[in-house]
Amino acid sequence: MSDLFNVSSSPHIRSKDTSSRIMQYVVLALLPTTLFGIYNFGIKAVILIAVTIASCIASEWGYEKIVHKKSTINDWSCVVTGLLLALNLPATLPWWEAVIGGFFAIVVVKMLFGGLGQNFMNPALGARCFLLIAFAADMTNFTIDSYSGATPLALMRNGESVNLMDMLIGKTAGTIGETSVIAILIGAIILILLGVIDLRIPGTYIITFVVFMLLFSGHGFDMNYIVAQLCGGGLMLGAFFMATDYVTSPITPTGRIVFGICLGIFTGLFRTFGANAEGVSFAIILSNLLVPIIEKYTVPRAFGVVKEVKKHE
Amino acid sequence: MSNNVERLYNGIIKENPTFVLMLGMCPTLAVTTSAVNGLGMGLSTTVVLVLSNLLISLFRNIIPNGVRVPAFIVIVASLVTMVQFLLNAYVPSIAAALGVYIPLIVVNCIILGRAESYASKNPPMPSTFDGLGMGLGFTFGLTSIGIIREILGAGQIFGVQILSLKWFTPITIFVMAPGAFIVLACLVAIMNIVRAKMDAKGKPLAKPSGCITGDCASCGMSSACTGKSQDAASAAKSE
Repeated sequence: MSDLFNVSSSPHIRSKDTSSRIMQYVVLALLPTTLFGIYNFGIKAVILIAVTIASCIASEWGYEKIVHKKSTINDWSCVVTGLLLALNLPATLPWWEAVIGGFFAIVVVKMLFGGLGQNFMNPALGARCFLLIAFAADMTNFTIDSYSGATPLALMRNGESVNLMDMLIGKTAGTIGETSVIAILIGAIILILLGVIDLRIPGTYIITFVVFMLLFSGHGFDMNYIVAQLCGGGLMLGAFFMATDYVTSPITPTGRIVFGICLGIFTGLFRTFGANAEGVSFAIILSNLLVPIIEKYTVPRAFGVVKEVKKHE
Repeated sequence: MSNNVERLYNGIIKENPTFVLMLGMCPTLAVTTSAVNGLGMGLSTTVVLVLSNLLISLFRNIIPNGVRVPAFIVIVASLVTMVQFLLNAYVPSIAAALGVYIPLIVVNCIILGRAESYASKNPPMPSTFDGLGMGLGFTFGLTSIGIIREILGAGQIFGVQILSLKWFTPITIFVMAPGAFIVLACLVAIMNIVRAKMDAKGKPLAKPSGCITGDCASCGMSSACTGKSQDAASAAKSE
């Protein structure tokens, strides 16, 4: 009889989602993008993706070995970091630079701040920005066999026209994972259906960005330009896969909306007034830094708690 | 004489201004883009530090307590002006590279810190060595940061190309501001590891007191401080 009573403290209902499960979902959702990147950029992309992921896993394992911590490579988070980082690199990048990037992402951005759940900015994007500053020439070299060297965003900045259809499918120059909007959206739908991400961050991000571009880009109500700006660069990849990183995005519902608005404004600012045509990575890591403040001011009221009424003295 | 040696050891290792006291961070982060710049900045500061400690120590009984900080600043500023002219005259390339950071030595907190906490209370000889030790410690810190940044960021050391550009792509972030923070953090971490190892071996390097002076007797936070050093005990004994 006593077997029927399970005496334990709450919580009694547990979700089946674990860190590693969620990370596997993300890898699954990234598969279309990865496969398209490989199709688009060939064997170089395969090597770069493999090297980056291996570097991330090795860095995490090695760091935990050195500081005598329990190994956490089984939680798949370093695989996600490695894959996201690789998707943010141009396929022509020398492999050893990707290794440095993986090391920087895991050791400097993640492990030194306490490991998964403690990092203050997205490790993959932190490493991408590090590489962008460290190896500026290699990181912006998008020359691939038959494609022109300039990314659609760079073309638009120079006032040239871009082919929207090519941008949707992904037959343009760019980093391995950012070119195909369709592949990214397939992944995003998978993530939303699996309940891994909600639409608050990407939704407000994209809406804010569109509004900003309408008002300040100087192109007015030119739908072609706006859609091309949305599909170009890392915006889609960033909005669905990197801005929604659990660790570095706000946990409160209102906070997520504020976060999305920050992202949209920063991206618009960087793309319109910045020195580079692209600004998604910097927008996301900057907004990551604002997350603690956003969370502080958007704590939801607990059920049943009445807002304190200020008495007039 | 052993006191003087102790002062040198104190400045270079035990209370190294860069890695232990974390003082003078502005020049540390800003001018260490190459080994030569770090060395130049360190040596300029050392010269000012030694002379200012000496002068302030000589004048310590004349300077009224109420205006001691302005008096220190005047002495330090005069010395810095001299150093600036000398650099401009004899090593214009370094003077150009260091730029505004030379006049800014005036407000370097190491110099004022040593003047306030040591030179104004001690005789000229130990004060001079205290300045020399601190200055060399600062030079050591700046030069090592400069060497690492120069190797990684340009493949050079003291301006000599040691990593061939044929196979080495300079990691330019290391000669930019973020690189300074990364290198400094790594070096401080290594310093702390060494410190922990020495502590474990039973040869403690004396913990950083967490205060600028390490002089507990005259410290306002003394009552709340948990890291009071043996210095305080010995000082109490000697008084």
